[in-house]
Amino acid sequence: MSGIKHCWELFLLFFKIGAFTFGGGYAMIPIIRTEVVHKKGWLIDDEFMDMLALAQSMPGPIALNTAVFVGRKRMGFKGSLSTAAGIILPSFIVILLIAMVFTQFKDNPVVESVFKGIRPAVVALIAAPLLGLGKSAGVKRSTLWIPVAVALSVWLLKVSPVIIVLVAILLGILHFVYLKRITGKRDGTD
Amino acid sequence: MELIDLYLALFLSFFKIGLFGFGGGYAMLPLIQREVVNLHGWLSINDFTDIVAISQATPGPIAFNSATYVGYTAVAGMGYSPGYAVLGSAICTLSVSIPSFILMTIVTVSFFRLKNNPWMRASLSVLKPAIIGLIASAALMLMNGHNFVDYKSWIIFAVVFVASFKKVDPILLIVLAGIAGFFLYYPF
Repeated sequence: MSGIKHCWELFLLFFKIGAFTFGGGYAMIPIIRTEVVHKKGWLIDDEFMDMLALAQSMPGPIALNTAVFVGRKRMGFKGSLSTAAGIILPSFIVILLIAMVFTQFKDNPVVESVFKGIRPAVVALIAAPLLGLGKSAGVKRSTLWIPVAVALSVWLLKVSPVIIVLVAILLGILHFVYLKRITGKRDGTD
Repeated sequence: MELIDLYLALFLSFFKIGLFGFGGGYAMLPLIQREVVNLHGWLSINDFTDIVAISQATPGPIAFNSATYVGYTAVAGMGYSPGYAVLGSAICTLSVSIPSFILMTIVTVSFFRLKNNPWMRASLSVLKPAIIGLIASAALMLMNGHNFVDYKSWIIFAVVFVASFKKVDPILLIVLAGIAGFFLYYPF
């Protein structure tokens, strides 16, 4: 019985986080941290930061990755199902309603003119944080060619991002093996 | 196309997006765009940009938002009734989540082994800067004649770029850009 209660608590918490965090997954992280670390005390801060690093290394939305980790840690498989459902459902409901309504108003001249203004703004919102993100991802002068080469090959040569991901992982491993061979050191990630 | 084939195609596309969508958020955009706009034509490039805008102003990660939206519109667009379209939404949202769910379960179980694993860090050493490139390509791919209709689009872009750089709230910027769009483009 208390198992169901804990799962329900997990579901409600992540539903709340999913429902009230606007602006995509990254905006949810500080809120999940406040709730899970500071208010509930389910994880200590160090654990949370380590978990975040791993969640960011895995594919898929970061908010979902974080939710699955917290749920699993707290209540096993049932817990991760509860947190995943909680984080997914709010956006599912909202976007479903928008899809049902928006498709009927898309060609309305008012909606059309409003979105003509919004579209270039969206591109600016994607482009503006790039410099800051580059710094926090550890891009230096010596590694600047990597994002540049990726951006150009996806944009101009239409290379699939799937290929990019696979090649990047392979290059990282090859570089590591190469460094290990010439230095004999175990840590060769730089 | 048979409904079942459409469901299967949606499932496979969004599973792929979930499995290879490293970096989350904007870094997933080129992959989503390639699947739903370029390969399958479930959305136009304008629809796709609009989803990104809607995602900014609604709760939830962009991968879920686009999955739910595409699932509905792709099925409804083929003339099927709303019930089938809702099922399409559910299929896309589930399939984009399954890879995360499985991988994060593995991560949680083997947390301490993975945390400082040198092979894990090596795999990510090139991937991390590559993800920055993927986000840049998302911006470049959306800078096209469909989204930038005239010089006024570029003015909106420049203003929002600077404002966003100065940490102005993105939802506020979208609302202001929408108001500007109305006054600049509505055929009064």
